[in-house]
Amino acid sequence: MRIVLAFAFGLLFGCGILISGMANPAKVLNFFDLAGTWDPSLAFVMGGALTVTAIGYQLVFRMGQPLRAPSFSLPSKQELDVRLLGGSAVFGVGWGLSGFCPGGLIPVLGIGMGAPLLTAVSIVAGILAARTAIRVTDNSYPAKA
Amino acid sequence: MTEFTPLLSFGGGLLIGLAAVALMAVHGRIAGISGILAGVLTSRFDQEWAWRAAFLAGMVASPLVLLGVTGRLPEITVPSSPLLLVIGGFLTGVGVTFGSGCTSGHGVCGMSRLSVRSIMATMTFMATAVLTVFLVRHVFGG
Repeated sequence: MRIVLAFAFGLLFGCGILISGMANPAKVLNFFDLAGTWDPSLAFVMGGALTVTAIGYQLVFRMGQPLRAPSFSLPSKQELDVRLLGGSAVFGVGWGLSGFCPGGLIPVLGIGMGAPLLTAVSIVAGILAARTAIRVTDNSYPAKA
Repeated sequence: MTEFTPLLSFGGGLLIGLAAVALMAVHGRIAGISGILAGVLTSRFDQEWAWRAAFLAGMVASPLVLLGVTGRLPEITVPSSPLLLVIGGFLTGVGVTFGSGCTSGHGVCGMSRLSVRSIMATMTFMATAVLTVFLVRHVFGG
């Protein structure tokens, strides 16, 4: 049942991504192009998603426990560090070059073009390379979330 | 140029939020796509692996379902060259790993919880994305 529900939520998430325009690199890059062909649509995606999630999370956390898991798994870390901000800065450069963020890319893999597959393989390579680099330099990684 | 689509984009955003809230309500998990993807790539084949794989499979299946319901697929145009996709994809993978999340995990889920780390991460990757597009399109004249 957990598996079926996870599939359904992925389906819903993916449909939201596709309808919103987050899966369309042309639209994403235009959102970032303030000095050129700016398309502010994606601000509305954030607005819609944040409205539902901010209110929904508050209601869900009041349940005390998730329906099909022992507890809520939330990141406990509070402090800002170089890894967080440096990593995010690098992610933004990558997103600005390709137009695909991970969430925007995955649904497009189901449409089947060469470009999303090429990007996906590159993202996977980046994830694996970075995890290896962190593991070599930091014995406590990966920390359990 | 792309068409300004405030209603569709807002509606899509509502669905994204709904899915994120549902995943928290049932599985107790953050809907962070880079984290879910990394989990599928690197963890053992257990219950946790299974829900992550199922969530991603649902996302991959979503265009088919959307096509079945609405009769058409949304427009997808990829302006970047294959070389930029490879470099951009690799940097995205490296960045979300060091930065512990992407647009969904930090931008939607983390900011909704008013996490300072997520708010700062989101402002940072939005800023460097804007800067990158500015350099590619207006300085190097892509």
